Amino acid sequence: MSGLGETKPFRLPGGSGIDHTKRIDFTFDGVNYTGLAGDTLASALLANGVRIVARSFKYHRPRGVLTAGSEEPNALVELRTGARREPNTRATTTELHDGLCASSQNRWPSLKFDILAVNNLLAPVFVAGFYYKTFMWPAAFWERLYEPLIRRAAGLGRGADLADPDSYEKANVFCDVLVIGGGAAGLMAALVAGRAGARVILADEDFLFGGRLLADHKSIGGESAAQWAAQAVAELDQLPNVTLLARTTVFGVYDGGTYAAIERVSDHLASPPVHLPRQRLWRIAAKQSIVAAGGTERPIVFGNNDRPGVMLAGAVRTYINRYRVAPGKRAVVFANNDDGAATIIDLTRADIDVAALVDARRTTPAEIRAIAATCGVRIVNGVVRDAEGRHAVGRAQIVPYDGTPFTEQCDLIAMSAGWNPNIQLTTHLNGRPVWDEARVAFLAGNRPPGMHVAGTAAGDFSLSACLASGARTGAAAAIATGFDVTAPEVPRASEEATQITPFWQVEDARHKAFVDFQNDVARSDIVLAEREGFRAVEHLKRYTTLGMATDQGKTANVSGLAILATLTGKSIPETGITTARPPYTPVALGAFAGHHRGKAFKPTRLPPSYAWAKEQGAEFVEAGLWLRPSYFPRDGEIDWLQSVSREVEAVRNAVGICDVSSLGKIDVQGPDAAELLDRLYTSSMKALKTGRVRYGCMLREDGMVMDDGTVARIGEHHYVVTTTTANAAKVYQHMQLAVQWLWPELDVNVVSATEQWAQYAIAGPRSRALLQRIVDPSHDISDAAFPHMQAGALTVCGGVKARLYRLSFSGEHAYEIGVPARYGDAFVRRLMQAGEDLGVVAYGTEALGVMRIEKGHVSGPELNGTTTMRDLGLDGMMSTKKDYIGRVLADRPGLTDPLRPKLIGFRPSERTKRLRAGAHFLPRGAAATAANDQGYMTSVAYSPSLGHWIGLGLLIDGPSRVGEVVRAHDPVRGDDTLVEVCALPFIDPQGERLRG
Amino acid sequence: MRIACPCCGERSLDEFVFLGDASVMRPTADCADREEAFHAYAYLRRNVAGPCDELWFHAAGCHAWLVATRDTRTHEISAVRLAHEVARERDTTRGASGS
Ligand SMILES: [Zn+2]
Repeated sequence: MSGLGETKPFRLPGGSGIDHTKRIDFTFDGVNYTGLAGDTLASALLANGVRIVARSFKYHRPRGVLTAGSEEPNALVELRTGARREPNTRATTTELHDGLCASSQNRWPSLKFDILAVNNLLAPVFVAGFYYKTFMWPAAFWERLYEPLIRRAAGLGRGADLADPDSYEKANVFCDVLVIGGGAAGLMAALVAGRAGARVILADEDFLFGGRLLADHKSIGGESAAQWAAQAVAELDQLPNVTLLARTTVFGVYDGGTYAAIERVSDHLASPPVHLPRQRLWRIAAKQSIVAAGGTERPIVFGNNDRPGVMLAGAVRTYINRYRVAPGKRAVVFANNDDGAATIIDLTRADIDVAALVDARRTTPAEIRAIAATCGVRIVNGVVRDAEGRHAVGRAQIVPYDGTPFTEQCDLIAMSAGWNPNIQLTTHLNGRPVWDEARVAFLAGNRPPGMHVAGTAAGDFSLSACLASGARTGAAAAIATGFDVTAPEVPRASEEATQITPFWQVEDARHKAFVDFQNDVARSDIVLAEREGFRAVEHLKRYTTLGMATDQGKTANVSGLAILATLTGKSIPETGITTARPPYTPVALGAFAGHHRGKAFKPTRLPPSYAWAKEQGAEFVEAGLWLRPSYFPRDGEIDWLQSVSREVEAVRNAVGICDVSSLGKIDVQGPDAAELLDRLYTSSMKALKTGRVRYGCMLREDGMVMDDGTVARIGEHHYVVTTTTANAAKVYQHMQLAVQWLWPELDVNVVSATEQWAQYAIAGPRSRALLQRIVDPSHDISDAAFPHMQAGALTVCGGVKARLYRLSFSGEHAYEIGVPARYGDAFVRRLMQAGEDLGVVAYGTEALGVMRIEKGHVSGPELNGTTTMRDLGLDGMMSTKKDYIGRVLADRPGLTDPLRPKLIGFRPSERTKRLRAGAHFLPRGAAATAANDQGYMTSVAYSPSLGHWIGLGLLIDGPSRVGEVVRAHDPVRGDDTLVEVCALPFIDPQGERLRG
Repeated sequence: MRIACPCCGERSLDEFVFLGDASVMRPTADCADREEAFHAYAYLRRNVAGPCDELWFHAAGCHAWLVATRDTRTHEISAVRLAHEVARERDTTRGASGS
C-alpha cells in the first residue's frame, strides 16, 4: 500500500469516474480491503480480485458480479450490522464509503466452502415446480419439516431484528417535466426543456449522472462522452428551474401524472448525519414525463453461464471505462450483436487479452471484422457452449458453426444477447409492450397521458439516436406545458453499428444454463415446464418462479419467454410478456412509513382538559384520534376498578365532571334546518320547541342505525346536534351530502363546531349546586326555568359565553356545558375548585361507560352497524308521519324479523362471577355450536351501585325472556358463565334521579 | 390520482373521500313500489367499464361534494363539478319532466 491511493492487480490507471488519490477502507466477510472514491462495492471487490461474492438462492452455486447496475441478480450482499443491517443489497449500486461493512449471503460456513452447495448435486429434485411436487405430501410435514428446511436452505439475506434507528421522510414536489434517467437521452431532454424555462426534475438512480456516457468510450461534439455529460450536468445545475435528484429511483407510476421516487439520501454514508433521513420518498406530480431509463443487457443462455467471470459485455465496458477495473486477464467475448466490437476495443485498450470474439451470427458484418482485425482479435462464428471452472471461469468451450470445437483458457467471458429497453415504468398503468422485430426488443406500447419515452428505453440503441430522441421529447414536453422551444441543437456523436440477429440459447450445453440467475431458473426448467403443459407465459412464471425474484427478472424475462417461444413454435409476440409492477427496484418499508411511526403513526387530538387531566395523573385511552382520560387514580387505590368505582359513586352521590368535547358538534342553521333534520333523524325535529333538546338516531339508507346523539334547538332556525366521538366525521360528511346532493333545494347550512367548543358533562345530585356557583347570577337554572332536556345560551364566570344543555347519559341530574374552546382548560380548573366542598370528582370514560350500562343506554358496541332501532328497543322513536333516510328499508322483512337478537340486560347467576363482552349466548344445556347461538354480550361493567357485574347484550327475543338463565360462552378466553336475563335499566327505572 | 376541485384546484387523491355512483337517485317517499325503488337505490350498481359519474367529498379541503367523471378503465378524470350544481340541474330536469 503506497501513499493515499492503492495498487491493485486489477486496477487500471487514469479515467474520470474514480479518484485514484482517495483511498477508501471497507470490509467484506470480515476481510479488510481498500477501494477508491467513485467505486461501487462491486467495482472495489473486482479491483481486489474478489470474484465469488455470493451463493445462489436455490443451488448455492458460486456467483460473481454479472452487471454494473440495479438489474444485478447475483451480487446481493448484507450491508452494515446490528440494527442497520440491510439484506439483499446490490453490490453493483452500493456506493463505497469509508468503513463500509458488507457480508455475503446464502453461504455456510463460507463462500468458498458452502455445505448446502450439495443442493447443486440434488438439482434433479429442485426442478421447476418443485415446491408443488416434492412437498405435496404428507401435509403435516410441511409446517414441521419442509418449510423450515426450505427457509434455511433457500433464504435470501437476513433482515435486522432490531428497530431501525434511522429516520425516513416523505416529500411532495410538482414540476412541468419529470425526466427519468440521466444518460444521454435524459440529459439532452432536461437541457432542452430546462432551457425553455419548464420546471424540470431530472432523477437518476446512480450517484453520478451520465448513464452509459460514463461507461462507454464514445465522443460527442469532439470531446469524450463523459466530459459532455459533466458539462450538461453543470449547465442544468445552474438553471434555477431545474432540480437534479441523484441517487433517486423513480419506481412507480400512478394515476394523474403522479410518480413515486426513492432518494437514498444517506445510504452512501456510514450513518446518516444528524437531522438527515436515511432515505426520502418523493411523490412527484408531473404534467409531463420522459422515461429515459436506458436499457438492460441480456445474458446468453449457455452452460455454466452463472460462473463468476461470466459478465455482461456492457458491464465489462463499464468496469473498464468508468471504474478503471479490469474484470479479468484474458477474455472471450460472446455476442449476437455489434456491441461485441465495442467490447473488444475497450478490452484491448485496457491491455486485457482477448482470446476470441465468438459471434453467434452466421456472418459478421465487414466493419466489425475490420475492428477485430485492428485489435488483432480472432472472430469465431459459433457459440460458447459451456464455461468451465470449479469456482470461477477458467476455460470456455467454443463450438464454431463450421469447424472443430476447441477450448480457450480465459477468466472472463463477456456476453451480450442484445438490450432490453427499460420500459417497466410505461407498463405500470396497464401499458402493453410491443415486440419490435428489427430491434429484437419490446418497446413501450400505449402509455399514460403525458409520458414520453426516449433513448435506449425507446429502442434508440446508438448514441446519436439517443441524443436526438432526448431533444425531441424534451421539446415536446416543454411545448405541452406551455413553453416555446425553437428547434433544439443536437450535438454530433460518434457513429457506431447496432446490428443484431436474435440468439438466445445454446441448446446442447453440457452444464446447467441459467435464465433467471436470482431465482436459479435454468433453461432445463423452462423445457420441463413446457413439457408439463405450462405453456402460457404467466403459467411458466409461476411454475418455474422465472422473474419472480426481487429483480423482477430484468435480465431474465425476455430470454425466458424467447426460449418458451422456441419450444412452442410460436412467435415472441404470440407468447407475450409478463407485467412489470411497482416498485422498479426494491424499496425499504421504512421509506413508506416515513415519520408515521410509533406515536406519530396518526395525529393525536387532545381534549381541552388534557393538560389539567395529565396534572391529575389521569390514565388515558385512545378514542379514535382522541386521547381521553379513562380514569383518575388516587393514592392508595390498588387498581383501575377501585378508582372507577369511586368515580361512579361520587357521581351518583355528589357531582362529577367529564370532558365530553370529543363528541362531534354540528351547527345547523337556516330556514330549512328543521326540515333537513327531519329527513336525517327518525324522530320529528320540527316539533322540537326552541330551547329544548331531544335524543335522536339517524339511520343508514339500508335501515341500520348509523349514529345517535342529541339535537338541541337553540333558535327558530338554529340547531346544534351532537354525534358520537367515533362517527363525528362520518355524520358531518353525511349531512353535507344531504345538503349539497340529496336536497339542494333546502335553505340550510351545516358546519362542524367540534373543535370550537370545550364541553363538560356535570353530573350528580349536586350538579346544579355547582353550576349555580359558575353561571352568572342573571341566569335562572332552577328546575322550573331549566328542566330536564332544556337548552340555552347564557354566560359563566363573569361574562364568558356558554351553552347549557340539561341532559344525562349517567341517569343522574346532569348538564352539559360548552364554553369557547380557548377557555376549556381554565374552565375545568374553575369547576373543580368551585365544587371542592361539594365533593366534586373528575371522571373518565370508564366511569361514563359503567353508568350508561347501569342505565341501559346504547353506545359504540351496540351501534355497531349491524343493529336496527328495533333491535335496540328504540322503535318508539321511529316516526310514521314523515320520510327519513333509512325508513323504507328499515321495514324490510329481514330487519323486522321477531327472531332478531334484541337488546336486554344480564347479570351473573352467581353474583361474584365476572362477565365478558363478546361471550355468546346459548340455551342452558345446549351444545356450543353456531346453530345454537342466540346472540352475544356487547358491553359489560362492574356496577358499584349493585355490587356485581352487569352486561348489555343482544339476545333472540330478549325482552320477553327476563328472568331466564342462559349460558354466556366465551371460548376465546375460556369462560362459561350462567347469566340471568334482566330488564333495563339496572338502576332507577322511574328516572327519579334524572328529574330530581 | 389527482382531482381538480372546482374550489381548490388540482389536489391529491388522499384529500378526498369516495362515496360511489352519482347516477343513482334517491327515490321520493311517495314513489310507486317504494321498497323495490329503495332496494335498487341502496344496493344495485352498474359496473361500468368506461366513463362514470362518481361522488367524492373534499374532506381535507373545502368540504364540497363533487361529481367527478372518471373512466374506470384508465382512471382518467374528464370532468369535475360541484355536486350541488349538478343536483340543481338534475332536479330542474326531474321537476320539468315530472310536471
Ligand atoms: Zn375543494
